[in-house]
Amino acid sequence: MSLLSVENLYLQFDTDEGRITAVDDVSFELNEGEVLGLVGESGSGKSVTAKSLMQLNPSNSVYGSGSKINLDLENNVVDVLSLKKARELEIVRGGAISMIFQEPMASFAPAITIGNQMVEQLIIHTSLSKKGAAELSVEMLERVGINEPHKRFFQYAFELSGGMRQRAMIAMALSTKPKLLIADEPTTALDVTIQAQVLDLMKDLVKEFGMAILFITHDLGVIAQVADRVAVMYLGRIVESGPVREVLHSPSHPYTKGLLNALPKLDALDEPLTPIPGDIPSPLERPPGCVFHTRCPEVLADRCNSSVPQHTNVGQDHFTSCFVVDSTGKSA
Amino acid sequence: MTEKPLIKINKLNVEFPLGRTLFGKTPMLRAVNDVSLEILPGQFYGLVGESGSGKTTLGRAILRAVPISSGEITFDDGEVNYDVGNLGKKELKNYRKLAQLIFQDPYAALSPRMTVRDIIAEPLEVMGLTQNREETDARVREIATKCRLNLEHLRRFPHAFSGGQRQRISIARALVCNPKFVVADESVAALDVSIQADILNLLKSLQKQLGFTFLFISHDLSVVAHICDNVAVMYLGTLVETAPTKKLFSNPSHPYTKALLSSIPSLDPDESKKAQKLEGEIPSPTNPPPGCKFHTRCPVAEDRCRKEVPQWRELSADHYAACHLV
Amino acid sequence: MDYFSKKKSDTAIDQNLKEAYFTASQGQLIRARYKSNRTAMFAGWVLTLMILFGFFSEFLSPYEPTMAGRDKQYENGPPQIPKFWDENGFSFRPFIYGTKRERSIKTNFRWVISIDRQDRRYLHFFVQGWEYSYIEFDWDLPGEVFDLDVKALTFNTHFFGVDKGGIHLFGTDKSGKDIYSRTLLAIMTSLKCGVLGVFIAFVLALVIGGISGYYGGWIDQILQMITDAIRTVPPLPLFMALAAFLPSEWSAEAVFFVISSILGLIGWPTLARRIRTHLLSERSQDYVLAAQLCGASSNHIIRRHLLPSFTSYIIVDLMITFPYMVRLETALSFIGLGLIDPVSSLGSMMQNVSKADVLLNYQWYFIPVIFFIVFVLAFVFVGDGLRDAADPYSKTKK
Repeated sequence: MSLLSVENLYLQFDTDEGRITAVDDVSFELNEGEVLGLVGESGSGKSVTAKSLMQLNPSNSVYGSGSKINLDLENNVVDVLSLKKARELEIVRGGAISMIFQEPMASFAPAITIGNQMVEQLIIHTSLSKKGAAELSVEMLERVGINEPHKRFFQYAFELSGGMRQRAMIAMALSTKPKLLIADEPTTALDVTIQAQVLDLMKDLVKEFGMAILFITHDLGVIAQVADRVAVMYLGRIVESGPVREVLHSPSHPYTKGLLNALPKLDALDEPLTPIPGDIPSPLERPPGCVFHTRCPEVLADRCNSSVPQHTNVGQDHFTSCFVVDSTGKSA
Repeated sequence: MTEKPLIKINKLNVEFPLGRTLFGKTPMLRAVNDVSLEILPGQFYGLVGESGSGKTTLGRAILRAVPISSGEITFDDGEVNYDVGNLGKKELKNYRKLAQLIFQDPYAALSPRMTVRDIIAEPLEVMGLTQNREETDARVREIATKCRLNLEHLRRFPHAFSGGQRQRISIARALVCNPKFVVADESVAALDVSIQADILNLLKSLQKQLGFTFLFISHDLSVVAHICDNVAVMYLGTLVETAPTKKLFSNPSHPYTKALLSSIPSLDPDESKKAQKLEGEIPSPTNPPPGCKFHTRCPVAEDRCRKEVPQWRELSADHYAACHLV
Repeated sequence: MDYFSKKKSDTAIDQNLKEAYFTASQGQLIRARYKSNRTAMFAGWVLTLMILFGFFSEFLSPYEPTMAGRDKQYENGPPQIPKFWDENGFSFRPFIYGTKRERSIKTNFRWVISIDRQDRRYLHFFVQGWEYSYIEFDWDLPGEVFDLDVKALTFNTHFFGVDKGGIHLFGTDKSGKDIYSRTLLAIMTSLKCGVLGVFIAFVLALVIGGISGYYGGWIDQILQMITDAIRTVPPLPLFMALAAFLPSEWSAEAVFFVISSILGLIGWPTLARRIRTHLLSERSQDYVLAAQLCGASSNHIIRRHLLPSFTSYIIVDLMITFPYMVRLETALSFIGLGLIDPVSSLGSMMQNVSKADVLLNYQWYFIPVIFFIVFVLAFVFVGDGLRDAADPYSKTKK
């Protein structure tokens, strides 16, 4: 039984300009102790998908009627999308699922000390006393590698550097021992040497706490280092998904291939960079049929613009949504 | 080095006042500390560093967008020879035609109330480089086509364009006056990966076509590795290493360069980084460490590093570094 | 065949719409966004209507709003609403009833007005009445030199009137002045006062806030200190002091001018601060630096980049400041420090409202209050609508 099972997630936003589809038929599973990477560029819907797991999307969001997000809590399985009462959602948010964000300055309240915020979260989700919560928080701060945790407990967010703030956020997120940690671009705003430290930390914590991580990023290198499995998203659909080694070594979807080719690689300095032609379409103008066909170098004239490709298995647990690929993983 | 450098920087210091005190000295932030560098004409020069490295300030100092505290920057393209730190009004105006900047944020760099045509034409009109509207229009069209902008889009406003397209408009604006020297300050950082490659290729091809010298500032080493001929690495306001790109990446000397290279997450999940990973935080530029600025995080730091500032030495042809231990 | 041609024209329309969106300037976008806000559009129409009423107040009023036009026979009279139909039959021409007034021991010697339902007085339209001019200056400012005496565009046609007696749609006040006419004039007076005040405040704010915001540094510090000092001045005591100093022989216009100026002089700090903030944030934008790196002069940058950037904000700020000015003037007039009876302003008319006598017997005195509320609310909604339309964090400006 997997920890998290997302089935047929559809999400649209009701805006002045009409209904915009942000997530289109996304399904995936996540097991305990597993790190799933969600990769995509802007407009891919990865952040929105993550926020759906805790119903954090704005009020103008419309979920599909068949969409389910099944979360395995201790005693039962809950469909997060069906939760309406604030009390029920509170158990999920911060308790079973924790989230860390890209901009740690923006997620810590500026006028409350870090310690107070961590304690507040613990008091909501656990039965610890204030003293117990404070002790646990200091312990967590130390665990994430923040030096002088007792001093930092009483400091404000602006007194810490970017890397430390991100660690403090991880500490806060993990203090409630969640089963699932959602990390939304957690290292994008960090310097590369700090990013390396934070990624190492996260890998260690996964081993120690046994939680699952949904790691969202646009950086394929980070995914390669941290994730076990990866799902590549484009304009709200998952176009390819599978174990990280397979997807990165033998990508089958043209978008994944294009993404990998466009990346500057340190071990191939002489190769030219090959961008993916065209621009990402605006969400108001979703291409019919396969969402990628407008930029695809392997597009099949009549098929790709009229029907939506379904999942084709191209390997062990590795599938792609493309007409050009047949089940052996080779292009047709 | 037989060729005359286009830009010669000698012991450059750029300081900013921090806050204000009524009595006593105002504390200063030294953003650029004793930097000496040479950029040859036609080079695609990369400048790399993390936050607080001073790379943006250095780029802007060369363009005279920030004042210079001490040291020299010389611009010599064979026709004019400027001491950039002490330019008179007229010379400064001329210098502006010769050196331009491409910004990082494509959304803030374009005036939202001007059409694309006006945005690109503005440098021409302000600097009086064209005689009449037809000439301006022709120049605008020329550069827009080179930047692969659709000419029909010239009468649109910036809100109609995506990030990549806006960056191309930014590039067109910087190049319309035919500068000799262009600084790109993190110009692809805000773009998606698939668009990044497009803009980088465009910059490279424009350089070949128009023959300008390029200073490419970035925090992304892999990007710099692909398109730059030479690379300079900065840490906390100081230059730590410069070398031709291939040399730097195959044989980095300074411990910081080595650590930087190994921190880049590799696309191969099996490649575990054996080289050093850095501990500790980047010190604040307001309170830099004594001696070698990197010693607080350096895996091979010795006692000497805490006390003495390392010399900037030539290690081999065109390869310089500042470290006691190489 | 038809289907295909229809499809093509659909996409053509789509393309045209898209192109229009892409080539729309900031101003056009703001206008389009404002139009989609129904409350704001409605408020805009109400405001326009009221302003038109104010402009044509003389045409629309059957009586002079001053003491000269009072109806001695109908003091403190209740509103007379024209009717089309009563027990005596239907009439196309609206009519009101004749009135008589009498007093006796029975009424405690108070004048009581009785209505004669048999005496129909019909309304006529476009009647001749008192004379008014659209361009009239008769300013008796202190010192003979400044006196202005001009009269042009004189008419004497009025929208409606009755053949006999008087028609008072909103009733009359204690000296017989027609409240309806006074209300219309009051709208104009308050409007003029507000415009003058806003204008003075705006010019001062633009200069001071502009210099402060553009140059920054110590100029900014000094100007901000001055601005803050003026902001701390409480308006009411200041006015009381000034009211004590104003010579009582000054004409209504002179007082009006001075009051408006004072309003402007008190109102500029808030506006100046807003302008300064706009400028400070726009000045550090990349595109301003790009212009500077082309060697553009300060003039050019202000003209082409900064001014257009906050024109929309300034219009919004002005719209929002306006009701404050009107309210301030009204409040001051209400407590007797601004324009006072017999000058008509919404405030002076409300002065009469606070007596118990009025509350019990002459409730129609409150009608101008309704107008005042609607007027201010309309301004506020229009201002809000404009501010939403010009919102810098909306989707179109990413």
